[in-house]
Amino acid sequence: MNNNIDWKKYLIVLLITVGLFLTAIYLSNYFGAQKINQLKSIQDKIAIDILSSETQFSLLSELSCKNISDSVFSGELGELGSKLEWSQKNLGASDEVSYLKKYYSLLQIKDYLLTKKISARCGVKSAFILYFYTTAENCSLCEQESLVLSSLRDKYPELRVYSFDYSIDLSAVKAMLQIYKIKDTELPALVLSDELLTGFHSIEELESRVKESFKLQGIKAPAGDNKTSS
Amino acid sequence: MTLIPAAIFHMLIFLSVYVQVFFLVTFIENRKKIIMRNGKIILAEYPAVTIVVPCWNEENTVEKTVRSLLNLNYPKNKIQIFLIDDGSTDSTLNILNKFVEYLNIKVFHKENGGKYTALNLGLQNMRTDFFGGLDADSFADPESLVRIMSYFEKNPDIMAVVPSVTVDSPKNFIQNAQKAEYYMGVYFKKMLGFLGAIDVTPGPLTIFRKKVFDDLGYYRHGHNTEDMEIAYRMQKNHYKIEHCNDAYIYTNTPKTIRKLYRQRLRWIFGFINNMIDYRNVLFRKKYGNFSIFTLPTRIASIVAVGYLFGKIVYNLGDFLYSKVMQFKTVGFNPGVKNFIFDPFFFSAQTFFFLIILTYSLILFSMIFGRKMAEGKWGFSFKMLYFFPIFSIIAPFWLMNAVYNTLLKRRPAWR
Repeated sequence: MNNNIDWKKYLIVLLITVGLFLTAIYLSNYFGAQKINQLKSIQDKIAIDILSSETQFSLLSELSCKNISDSVFSGELGELGSKLEWSQKNLGASDEVSYLKKYYSLLQIKDYLLTKKISARCGVKSAFILYFYTTAENCSLCEQESLVLSSLRDKYPELRVYSFDYSIDLSAVKAMLQIYKIKDTELPALVLSDELLTGFHSIEELESRVKESFKLQGIKAPAGDNKTSS
Repeated sequence: MTLIPAAIFHMLIFLSVYVQVFFLVTFIENRKKIIMRNGKIILAEYPAVTIVVPCWNEENTVEKTVRSLLNLNYPKNKIQIFLIDDGSTDSTLNILNKFVEYLNIKVFHKENGGKYTALNLGLQNMRTDFFGGLDADSFADPESLVRIMSYFEKNPDIMAVVPSVTVDSPKNFIQNAQKAEYYMGVYFKKMLGFLGAIDVTPGPLTIFRKKVFDDLGYYRHGHNTEDMEIAYRMQKNHYKIEHCNDAYIYTNTPKTIRKLYRQRLRWIFGFINNMIDYRNVLFRKKYGNFSIFTLPTRIASIVAVGYLFGKIVYNLGDFLYSKVMQFKTVGFNPGVKNFIFDPFFFSAQTFFFLIILTYSLILFSMIFGRKMAEGKWGFSFKMLYFFPIFSIIAPFWLMNAVYNTLLKRRPAWR
């Protein structure tokens, strides 16, 4: 009795297992889509904020600069950046993620332009760094530079870091590359106070440059900063 | 993940889900056949049984083992107990000699030759139709033997009956982890019993018909796992093995990681080498579920644990490397960021859900195994001890056993 093999059972178990796999795949897609939607809604919010700041700026440009609220580059753009990076790693480089990444680059450029305009008009200059990296090939220096920049941003919350993927297929980013004459052989590349820095730059070096930039604009480095470049 | 490792990874997850579902379906199919008797039972006839206690340096536990046999609820004149000292170097023999005045106990002393030689000495001297061993580190519940014998009474085709082995009073983390594992073992054993595919007839009080040894021969060395070898031989010859879930045997388990490691190394080494010896049984329809389900499952589990371990080591190495890189580039800056909990960063990958499912099914098997072994439903927090202990250390004894097999190096008993 027991030596007979119940093939039907093996088949039923196979079907159940396949069913469970399909359910897991469905759940995975469902939650993946939810995450994409979450990203989209953050982006929409940022887009509205930027548009609102731009409009506010246009309306009030002839009035006092006091009324101009600080532009959007709050934690939100940074949060979006880290979530996008995570999604690219964990949800796979799907069309949707790369579309969102393009949108994100565009938002960064808009924020950058707006900030620049406000600084020029009102003299409330703020320090920002443009950062170009690549994901198309293995760029270990880019990874290190990213670590340096995020650590720097943790230290100086006022510092804005706009990061752009060199390999992204977006004409606005390509225009930026042209303006600053950045070539793929020189990645990672940084633009700090209109100066182009290529290759890896250590945290000490960038910190002193950033501090200089802060000083120039008369903004003090945040309190509680013990570790300075000596 | 690149394509091929990802495919292997999902394949292994598919197999482990398949195995768990197979057990679950077997359970649902047979749930009404699982009986748990609470009181004493009466048999129409009480056939005589020989029980052999092979001892090698067991001075700490053997007395309790023998007392548990004397307390069995079975006619005293129907139990013949052989206490066999296999060349112990401690006071085991002195303890055994205390029992010589019992009419149904015989004490033997021989030179050390390994457990299977002690069991064979018992087989040579037995005069009964039923034979069983009881490891000298295990204790039989008073009702165990009579419940086992009721299976033989019901079905003359049954050639061996395996009891439920559980952990005797676990004291520490490691023993509690094993307790959970033994619960799981009870459940799996019962399901394998329904499938006719039991692959071990363990040392703690498995009872055999004498015919098994008359037809198939005595115990063999079996790479230090003679209880597995005899089960393989029986399966190969279509001898039916059943599991009596309400016959309880309590066994002493290793207290330290080191001892556990040695025990498991011996078991896995035994499995791999018996598997090699019996390789022609694998995937043969005529050997039933044993050949199509049990053995492939065991092999797949070794491959899976080895592979997953490699993957974990790789990921850990990758993580450490990135941390070192981070330290080298930006120095040590702990807690600069406010870490905000965000459910966004929860994994939503397919395997994540499947792993949760597999773990839930494993937990179910522990809970149901406990029900069968103790008659109690319920989850115990200590069941979770199983996961860290076995997922961290098991890969090492597995790989060690594979390594030893390749080098033909035989692990010591303990």
